[in-house]
Amino acid sequence: MFARLSSPALKRATTLLLSLALASSLIGCSAKTTDSAAEDTAAQPSEVVLASTTSTQDSGLFDVLIPAFEKALPQYKVQVIAVGTGEALELGRNKDADVLLVHAKTDEEKFVADGFGTARKDVCYNDFVIVGPESDPSGVKSSADTTAAMKAIATGKAPFISRGDDSGTNKKELKLWGTSKVTTPTPETAKWYESTGQGMGETLKIASEKGGYTIADRATYLTMKDSLDLVIVREGDKGLLNQYGVIPVTGAKNAEGAQAFADWIVSADGQKVIGDFGVEKFGQQLFIPNAK
Amino acid sequence: MRIFVDAATQGWQLLSSGALDVWSIVLVSLKVSGAATAISLLVGIPLGYALGTQRTIGRHVALVFANTGMGLPPVAVGLVVAMTLSRRGPLGELSLLYSQTAMVIAQLIIAIPVIIAVTAAAVSSVPRELRLQARSLGASRVHEMLLTLREARMGLFAAVAAGFGAIISEVGASQMVGGNLAGDTRVMTTAIVEFTRKGRYGEALALAVLLVSMVLAVNLLLTRVQTSAERFEGRAR
Repeated sequence: MFARLSSPALKRATTLLLSLALASSLIGCSAKTTDSAAEDTAAQPSEVVLASTTSTQDSGLFDVLIPAFEKALPQYKVQVIAVGTGEALELGRNKDADVLLVHAKTDEEKFVADGFGTARKDVCYNDFVIVGPESDPSGVKSSADTTAAMKAIATGKAPFISRGDDSGTNKKELKLWGTSKVTTPTPETAKWYESTGQGMGETLKIASEKGGYTIADRATYLTMKDSLDLVIVREGDKGLLNQYGVIPVTGAKNAEGAQAFADWIVSADGQKVIGDFGVEKFGQQLFIPNAK
Repeated sequence: MRIFVDAATQGWQLLSSGALDVWSIVLVSLKVSGAATAISLLVGIPLGYALGTQRTIGRHVALVFANTGMGLPPVAVGLVVAMTLSRRGPLGELSLLYSQTAMVIAQLIIAIPVIIAVTAAAVSSVPRELRLQARSLGASRVHEMLLTLREARMGLFAAVAAGFGAIISEVGASQMVGGNLAGDTRVMTTAIVEFTRKGRYGEALALAVLLVSMVLAVNLLLTRVQTSAERFEGRAR
């Protein structure tokens, strides 16, 4: 049967087929270039690179915020790079991003003081929640305050899943271990401590699968709640507040677009989009606008 | 070009100073992929032998499956394994997702078709007369199989290299079923992705160089074995 595969007729047919495939792909390519050539003659929106956190991305805020901005100012097109706060600041230092929207106020103020950003403005805030399995094996639900909650997790058997990615959420988690006087756990020193090095979405999924605890921003948790087997075990403490700030990068490639984005997001229009987000779906604001 | 120079110097500094904890990552990679390769050899070689020596219609169908399996996108394998092992999936009770076991399972599924197909090809090139002669001299079926495998050992080495190479370089499925957990399921490939995403090119490059060196070493060893065997036996066939 396989001897027939090398017959001359089949070889010719294969050659014909391949040439047709090649020709059609080339035609497809040239058709594309004529289209983009036509586009170039019209006004092209300039690109603004926004480095932000995975929590703003995973919660779905950008799915409404970015289109609203691009509708208000159609001369700009936003490219979002969602990484942890630490990396976003690094992108800003390298001028790989034009504007930042992150949540680590101390680091943000240092960023501006060091001359990497032009100015920092409050945009909105939300809060962090400690989530865990419904059965709450480490007894966090009954803890008196955040300190007691963190201690319960540290001494309990259930795993704790950390972002481990230098993000705003990660920084908040490390701060909480510190204020609770628990020695900062690492995967090497604590068997119950896992570090994912990834975004909020992935970390929540892993916590859900492993029946463990984690700290998440309320917005991302609510957005993903249905696909997770996690409940809120601790919320509302002052130490769990999470403030977001916007910083245009000094000497950014698109400094004008960066400033335009920063101005819009603190304006009445931008603040309204933020304030409306999530109300219809979850019955509560996911991000509370607080620009001055 | 500066980005490469900077990354290379930084990567070298991190490696030589011991600041970068590569070795736990490398060990996990070797442990997981090593286990998966070993198991897929145990399963794949007998199956490949059966496929390469039988003369039935079913053989052609099976060969198509094996070859298709080779072309199966690892990320699709990762998706199905992740869904199967997830808490809400059929095997959720086992709590296997985001563990080394899950990674071995996914890598097995990727490597076995490779081993089967390459073994089948190697074994079918062994002259049938040799096997018939062995049988006529009183060899049992198992003995016949071992003899054929020994004759086809060059192809078998290729199978090992191909199987191991496929899974040590795999990143999609490993990320999806492993979760890149530090010290546990973080392997070279997933660590490289993580460092690159964070713009830490020094660390990423260091790990990438290690990974490529490993693959190179395996292939160099294989080529060495193959060419030395050729010299020893002479290419009489």
